[in-house]
Amino acid sequence: MEYPISIRSFGEHAVLIEWPNEVDDAILEDIIQFRSFLKQNYLDPQEWEMVPAYNSLTLIDRERTIDYQMFKAQLKIWYRERVGVKSRLRYLWKLPVCYDLDFAIDLEEVAERLGQSVARIIELHTSNVFTVYGIGFLPGFMYLGGLPKELEVPRRLEPRQKVAKGAVGLAGKQTGIYPQESPGGWNIIGNCSVPIFDVKREEPCFVNVGDRIQFYAISRAEYDLHKIQGEVGIYQFEKIKLDA
Amino acid sequence: MLKVLKSGFYTTLQDEGRFGYRDKGVPVSGVMDVGVVRNANILLENDHDAAVLEITMTGPTLQFERDTYIALAGAEFATTLNNEPISNNKVHKVKRGDILSYGKLINGFRAYLAIKNGFKSKEVLGSRSQYYPITKRGSLKDHEELKYDTYIDFEPKISELKVKSLLDEKVLKVSKGPEFKLLDDEQLENLFIKEFTVAKEYNRMGYQFNEKIKGHDWSMLTSATLPGTVQLTPSGKLIVLMKDGQTTGGYPRILQLSDKAISILAQKKLGDKVTFKLA
Repeated sequence: MEYPISIRSFGEHAVLIEWPNEVDDAILEDIIQFRSFLKQNYLDPQEWEMVPAYNSLTLIDRERTIDYQMFKAQLKIWYRERVGVKSRLRYLWKLPVCYDLDFAIDLEEVAERLGQSVARIIELHTSNVFTVYGIGFLPGFMYLGGLPKELEVPRRLEPRQKVAKGAVGLAGKQTGIYPQESPGGWNIIGNCSVPIFDVKREEPCFVNVGDRIQFYAISRAEYDLHKIQGEVGIYQFEKIKLDA
Repeated sequence: MLKVLKSGFYTTLQDEGRFGYRDKGVPVSGVMDVGVVRNANILLENDHDAAVLEITMTGPTLQFERDTYIALAGAEFATTLNNEPISNNKVHKVKRGDILSYGKLINGFRAYLAIKNGFKSKEVLGSRSQYYPITKRGSLKDHEELKYDTYIDFEPKISELKVKSLLDEKVLKVSKGPEFKLLDDEQLENLFIKEFTVAKEYNRMGYQFNEKIKGHDWSMLTSATLPGTVQLTPSGKLIVLMKDGQTTGGYPRILQLSDKAISILAQKKLGDKVTFKLA
């Protein structure tokens, strides 16, 4: 499938490529595929950074000024050339979340606002598979798409000054994990026991844009165990290979 | 070691930045005023990515425990080496026990201390630039010690640079951002005629201004942002992202600052005025 892409100049060092303005797994897949193709064939990762998000791919040159007209023409050719190229492997990551009310400070309120039981909220949150549409805002913060309508709840009127590291939140059409302590306005319904971003790991953030995420509920005791395993770096993340 | 006797308001170690992790949400970081640091490193015949101290508003007091050579650059402070005034853009020899102290800020906002061969802190994700929580701390603290190489016989090819200072520049050259075309005539006129005054929300992450332009109700999907990206919020506020700015955002990116404009803005503080000009 070839989409109508548009290419725009974005300052001296970057070019933005945009796909149709939709949240769509097939579009995201095409973006990821094109990125893999560019990385493998034309754009040296030592020189170029490529940031995919939803319907866009931004190519950033580390130092050089881009000759925009020439690069644009070249990118159009490469986009047509890329057809049939396989992208890298994608994974479904299973992430443990403790929904204990000690962490889930807004869970009861969310359940009430949505007219559901707490158990039902947890069931909905753990039975759906989410797509990682982008990583940004904070190191390791994933923009997850695919939230069921029943879990859509507006963000809090007053953002909190401090949301705990690992806090799992709901806001509008989104759910996500705060990878570090930060201010935030999402409704907190649990805490992920394992670090999404850790500079001590060879790959500090194992999740890539295009991967899938599924949460599963754990007890307080398991949470405490994971915490220790995570800190010493022996926690084994559960992942399932997906067919490209 | 360099002993940090007093750390000052906000002193950080910076190099050219952290490269290769933007797709994981890690800001690029690095020195805010790239141009002046480049000159300081050239004077010392350092690699261009040698780590320097970025000194903000109220400077530190530092003691050298080994001989070496330094160069100062950027904002003008009343700086002294053992109580003797010393100037920017010049190679200075320092001896064991010497004390460098930063007095009153005279012009600009961010000064730099470059040292022969650069500061030797541990690299995290390929960079020495401090950015919390990628690095353990976001800035230096009192009584900290920083590693550097001893140097006793450096003969600089150039001992002083005459450079045109950009500290008094207030015109920021910009190019059109990806969502520029959404702006209407009224917004465009305001954007390029108004002077914008630096508001109290300004730091290494971004700069905001007191003046607003007309707001909007455009919605867009989150997409990449860069240092120098000017975002327009629904209420009409402008946010210029800087070196520690987030890597993605959901506000329209109406303008993009040139590299030089980022350097100019990096030297602005509360109440300073700037204008935007399309290149």
